[in-house]
Amino acid sequence: MPAPRSTPRLRIQPLGDAALLAELGTRLDTALNTRAIALATALKKRRDVRQTVAGYASVTVHFDPDQATHDSLAAAIKRLAAKRPPMGEPGRLHRIPVTYDGPDIDEVAARLQLSRERIVEIHTRPIYRVFLVGFVPGWAYLGPLAEELELPRREVPRTQVPAGSVAIAGRQSGIYPLSTPGGWHLIGRTSVRLFLPDSDPPCLFRAGDRVKFFSTQA
Amino acid sequence: MTAVLRVIEPGLLTTVQDLGRPNAISSGVQAGGAMDRFAHRAANLLVGNDPGEATLECTLRGPQLVAERSCLVAITGADLDPRVNGASVPAWSTIRLGAGERLTFAGRRAGARVYIAVAGGVEGQRWLGSRSTNLMAGRGGHQGRALRPGDVLATAGEPKTQNVDRQLAETLRPAYTDRTLYAIAGPHIKRLNAEGRGLLFEAVYTLSPNSDRMGYRLDGPQLVTAGDELLSFGLVAGAVQVPHGGQPILLMADHQTAGGYPVVATVVSASMPIAAQLLPGDEVRFAELTIERALQMRTRQAQALATLITPA
Repeated sequence: MPAPRSTPRLRIQPLGDAALLAELGTRLDTALNTRAIALATALKKRRDVRQTVAGYASVTVHFDPDQATHDSLAAAIKRLAAKRPPMGEPGRLHRIPVTYDGPDIDEVAARLQLSRERIVEIHTRPIYRVFLVGFVPGWAYLGPLAEELELPRREVPRTQVPAGSVAIAGRQSGIYPLSTPGGWHLIGRTSVRLFLPDSDPPCLFRAGDRVKFFSTQA
Repeated sequence: MTAVLRVIEPGLLTTVQDLGRPNAISSGVQAGGAMDRFAHRAANLLVGNDPGEATLECTLRGPQLVAERSCLVAITGADLDPRVNGASVPAWSTIRLGAGERLTFAGRRAGARVYIAVAGGVEGQRWLGSRSTNLMAGRGGHQGRALRPGDVLATAGEPKTQNVDRQLAETLRPAYTDRTLYAIAGPHIKRLNAEGRGLLFEAVYTLSPNSDRMGYRLDGPQLVTAGDELLSFGLVAGAVQVPHGGQPILLMADHQTAGGYPVVATVVSASMPIAAQLLPGDEVRFAELTIERALQMRTRQAQALATLITPA
């Protein structure tokens, strides 16, 4: 039998008396995220677990303190995390049309010393991974964004970002599902609706899905 | 179902709430639900409901309601001086409202949120498994919004019983006046230096005006955290997160589902009813607690609620 894979970076810490956070690592990394999603799915099947949420490289586990303790769950997490993650099917592929005329695209172009066309080219090139669905209803953290487009968040966040705005920050991209405050750079907009309140689940993207942007002007 | 209560005046913010929609958090939808789960559960049990039925959560200023028909109600949580046709009525007790009788609140004496249960449960739109109102999405509860004058509320089901007369003993109610929030050290507490850890568990913090069902911003000594930016992870109610400015935020029922700020402590579930009754300007302090003690507090609250369940 092969030796279990070592998981030296696994850290399990309480989040109050009815939840815990299992951190698998600290890097933005597709393999870590795949393991986090697999671990969240496996833990969700347990009777003593109420809900799990996979983060970029972590799992938040909500459990029933009448049925489990931190120690019993931590032991179970260590066992599960040592297992080879299932190969899993590639996530569903979503093709998202974008009109690249966001209010920040010229500023982004100037700061990166790239043309607008080049920004569109670089942004539409990869197939992004949905690392995490969360923050606000329907929001998905997409990545990794090409290094050439990497910028820190805006100094002063906008108090209102229109729904459908396509944005970048750091090594990530995202689409604002609702009109909310936001500090990312707005480079375009899409008509695709991400938050579907009358569907279940109520959002288009799920963790592990893949996303390809294409320009409507091309 | 049949109409039971008519809204004459809704108060400041009155919404339908139950125990929330925990299964929606993987879609980024807030779990939501009653802020003070102890008061919510107690109100239901006092009228013979299951603890998960929907109640009305009324903030700061209570509503004026008229009974469309005779019904059992219970009022728990904050003390907003409840009255029936102008006469004082006891909180944390079963009350019979006759058809046409008027439930009002004379004014706030303590706390922030009052819960009103009605036998049979408050009817509301079920969204993603819960009747709780989500104001951001405009879904769940009474048409996805806060109550307005003229709204008519129905019961969700038949009352289980017409013959309950219960009261929660005063000693079993939460000690709302003790504003100590017990908390377990959080996953990122080591990002605080020794001084910061001392401050977190000793300093007095004041709820800023920028506090609502999503979370409370706390004014007080700044907490400095060290280390690289964290990758976003799933959050829980009760988490105390420290953003760049160093002003801690206590996450409440409608908190965002994920975030990347360090969580330095998590308020235990038995202290969340105390937190739910705080208002901007109120002072609080955090006290560190072991998991074992937190579970004992949780058990004591469950036992207090169990006194409201009549043996079959």
